[in-house]
Order: sequence, then structure tokens, then C-alpha cells
Amino acid sequence: MTTPGLMWKNVWRHKLRTILTIVSILIAFLIFGVLRSFDHALHAGVDLAAADRLVVVNRINFTVSLPYAYVNKIAAVDGVKKVTFANWFGAYWQEPRNQLAAFAVDPESWLESYPEMVVDPEDRSRFLANRTGALVGANLAQRFGWKKGDRIPLPSTIWSKPDGSKVWEITIEGIFTAADERSDTTYLIFHHDYFNEARAFAKDTVGWIVVTTTSHERNSEVARAIDDMFFNSAHQTKTDTEKAFSAAFIKQIGNIGLIITSVVGAAFFTILVITGTTMALAIRERTGEIAVLKTIGFTGKRVFALVLGESFFLALLGGIPGLLLAAGLIAGVRATLAGVLPTMVFSGQTIVEGLAVIVLLALVTGILPAANALRLNISAGLARG
Amino acid sequence: MSTSALIELKRVSKSYRKGKIVIPIFEDLDFALSPGEFIAVMGPSGSGKTTLLNLLGGVDRPTSGEIRFGGKRIDNLSESRLAAWRARNVGFIFQFYNLLPMLNAARNVELPLLLTRLSRRKRRENVAAALEIVGIGDRARHSPSEMSGGQQQRVAIARAIVSDPKMLLADEPTGDLDRDSANEILTVLQQLNRDFGKTIVMVTHDPEAAKYARRILHLDKGRFVEAELAS
Repeated sequence: MTTPGLMWKNVWRHKLRTILTIVSILIAFLIFGVLRSFDHALHAGVDLAAADRLVVVNRINFTVSLPYAYVNKIAAVDGVKKVTFANWFGAYWQEPRNQLAAFAVDPESWLESYPEMVVDPEDRSRFLANRTGALVGANLAQRFGWKKGDRIPLPSTIWSKPDGSKVWEITIEGIFTAADERSDTTYLIFHHDYFNEARAFAKDTVGWIVVTTTSHERNSEVARAIDDMFFNSAHQTKTDTEKAFSAAFIKQIGNIGLIITSVVGAAFFTILVITGTTMALAIRERTGEIAVLKTIGFTGKRVFALVLGESFFLALLGGIPGLLLAAGLIAGVRATLAGVLPTMVFSGQTIVEGLAVIVLLALVTGILPAANALRLNISAGLARG
Repeated sequence: MSTSALIELKRVSKSYRKGKIVIPIFEDLDFALSPGEFIAVMGPSGSGKTTLLNLLGGVDRPTSGEIRFGGKRIDNLSESRLAAWRARNVGFIFQFYNLLPMLNAARNVELPLLLTRLSRRKRRENVAAALEIVGIGDRARHSPSEMSGGQQQRVAIARAIVSDPKMLLADEPTGDLDRDSANEILTVLQQLNRDFGKTIVMVTHDPEAAKYARRILHLDKGRFVEAELAS
């Protein structure tokens, strides 16, 4: 037998009580794992946003277009390195319920502005050369079973052609991936020229403009210069960093952070009470035994470690399976949620946070009973035991 | 001070405080125990028997005076050094055995050895030897709930001797046992004293149990009032 072995035996002396406590902890960590992954997925765009990229949208709302002419004017602003633009296409596949993200973009400048898109050089060349060509994200291709060379009719819920048709035919010239697992690969891009020439209305406009600055330190200065330039125009602009733009986009859904913190907080407060009570009860019942251990030579520090170790075992026995279950659940629903939350993964950050919470839970629930055991007077303990 | 004493109390006073009231137990008590002795301490409740055992075992500290073991003071040791001293030199036997219910006999006996640097194999050998000495080697894998009171007390004695301490302190070791089991336990204690040279101090209310000791001391109101040789 070893000291950890003794801790383990103590944990399991009241099997039913231990199992119920472990299940409670497991559920709390399951909730924690799922909600943190959800939160990270929502904020992945914010976290992964490039520091030197700005997004220019119409001041009224980002769904209102901007004149195409703005692109060249913005490119001339001091501190601007690259400019590209896009339009939201409002695409779906076969049925309107299969909605997907498709952007009509300026191909060359877009790929230059988004170096995080990993594209095979040959595919890139073919895409640039073919006006009806498209690059499809790996997750999106997987979702609909698309492959390179497929020619697909892409309907829009927003745009139409003069003949009333709403379908643009595109050819998949390549599948792009991303270096970071959390990066979104559930969208496709195709040529803005092809889209713009065929649409029946709002010609020569763009949805938003993406600006890469010469240095992220000049972001504020450049943003102010752009917005000042169009202040007296019919289409005023609002320029933000990509990070701020993504964060503002998420805020439109609601204060998700507060909701998640509240739910996780409530779950952990309950667990804290349950586990704390279990530990306090367990140690109170064993006052006599702790006194005996001290009598036969266990030091106060060793008894302290013994009790705190039990608390760690409990937190680990509930916390680790809870996190594993959350990871399994996220993996299971990832494909289903791909259209809504493409970046929903059980990330390393969630694991680290989960482990930190396990340690915190063990310390908070174990420290008081351990301190009581440390302070226990032997003769008083023997008399009570 | 006697140089031959195993443990010696010199002008030891001990009192407890209950709120504002101070309850004296001993005042200037002198007591010495030679190696290899087996004494029984008798006396009415509240006479200080358990307090005497607690002082001898380093479980409690005197209010004043000195306690020496092998000539060295132990009453002024730090908590951790005193714990280490107890682990090396004293074996404790309690009235209600105080075994850990979730551990089997062998593991209960092994507990004090967790404080040593002995290898697992050596620990197992020592545990087996201790259980054999108390005559319960065949019950090593049994849990306390599967054993009679007498058997549990034997396990407790094995736990007390497994680290080969010089002194055993027994607080009413037969107080919870029937006559036959009590006699068996007392015989084991006698054997440990006679064959293994263990110095034993046994607190008891039972005159029959006290007869197993070599010497009987009577304690009353914190004073030894009478000493007699056991028959």
C-alpha cells in the first residue's frame, strides 16, 4: 500500500455517496466543456482575426452595400497596404434549408489578404484563370460531398439575374484548408466579376471592404482617415478592426458570455456546495481515525495531504470523464452544427481551463477539511472518535 | 535522573483549561520506567491514567516538567519531530482497536510502515511477521468487519509492534472483550514483554487483567498511591 493508495481507499469507503458526488461533478464539467466550446466557437473569429486587418462597412448597417468606387479610393489612403472586398451571396444547396456561406470576392486580392487560407498552387492558378471558378472550404466540401472539378448550380436567396433566375453555376477548382483547426473552412469564394455582371440590381457595389494596413499600430489612424473621407457622402462608412467587427457581430446575438458564465457559475456553485459538504462530512466522521493516524506517527502535514488528496481524487474522477464526455459530444454534433457553428471544436484551451477548474474545485472543497485535520488535537480527537 | 530508565517523567505537571477553570491532573509527578518492564496502571475514572499514557506516548505535552526517553528530552520536540519519535519508539493499543474499516488486516498493520523508507517487499515481510506473532497470520486479507473483537485487537497489536518500537502503550486493551478473548490478548502482551523485551504500560480497570503485568501501580487524583507486584 502507498499513501495515494490510502487516499483512494478513503474515497471509496462510502461507495454510493462517492458515486453520487462524482456524477454531480461529471455533469458540471460536461456543461462546462460544452458551453466553453460553444463560447470559443462563437469567438473563434475574434481570436483568429488578424491584427492588421480592418473591415469597412456601411455606417447604416453591414447589410447595406457600398459603392465599388470606394475600393480604389481606400487603396490610396496612407497606411493602407492591401484592399479587397466581398459580397454576401446568400447561397443554399439544393434546398433553402441547406444554407451555406458563399462570398463573391475579388479573387487575387482576397487570397493575398487572407494568407491563412491554404490552397494548392495549381488550384489557385486554375481558380484565378476561370471566371466561374470557386474555391471551397474543406468542411463545406465534406458536408455536401463536393470534390474538385464538380460543376454545381449555386442558388441565392438574395440575388437574381435579369431573366429572373437566381442560380449561378460555378466550378470547384480547389478545396482550401486552414492551418488552425479553429479556422472556418465552411464557406466558398467565387469571382465577384462573374457575380456582379449577372445580377439584376445593386450592380457595382460591394458588401464590405477589407483593408490590410502597413502596421497594426496605424489601424486607428487609417480607420479614422477612411471614415473621414466618406463623412459627407451618401454612403458613410464605419471602419473597425477585424477583431472588433467580429465581436460586434457576435454581440448582435446577445450577451452570450454572460449567459454562459451564469450557467457555468450556477453549476459550479452547486458542485462546490455538494463536494464541500461531502468532504466536510467525510472528515468529520473520521475524526477518531485521523487522531489514530497522528498517534501512530503521521505528521499534521501528511494528514493534510491525505485529506486534500482525497479531494483531488474526487474532482479528477468527476472532472476528467465530464470533460471527455463533453469532447465526445462536441465531436458528435460537430457535423450537425457545421452550418451554424463551423468552428465548434473541443480545443486545447478548453482542456487547460477545465483542468484548472478541477484543481480549483479540489483546493476549495478540500482545504478547509484538510486544515481541520491538520489542526486536530490528538487526545481530543481520540476522545471524540 | 536515572540513566537506566527507558522513559522518565520529572516533576511533571499537567492541567487542562475548561473555559476559565483550570483542572489540574498531575502536580510535580515523578515516574520512571525501566526497559523490559510490564506495568499495569489502575485507578478510578479521572485519576489521570489516560493522561499519563498520553504524556508517555508524546501525544500530549506537560504543562511543566520534563519527559525524557533514553535520556533525551522529548517534551520540547516540534510537532513533526515528536510524530517521528512516536512512529519509531511507541506502539499504541486502544480499547476499541481503532482499525481503519476500509483496509484489510494486513493493510491496517502496514500503516505505520508507510512512514518508513522500507521497500514494499520488506514491508510485506514485516507485516506477515507481526501478524504471525499475534497469532492471526491466516486473517491477513480479512477486513475488520469480518473479524471478532479479539481478532481485531490482535490486528491492532500487530500494528503497534510492526515497526518494532521499544515501548507499547495500551489503554484498556481488554475493555471491550469477553473474558476468554481478554485473556488471549493479555497472553499476547505478556509474550511480547517476555520474548521480545517490549516495555509495556497498560491502563486497566480490570484487576484480572492487571495480574498479567509484572508490576501494578495505583493512581488516584494524579498521584501514585500504591504499588504492588503482580502475582
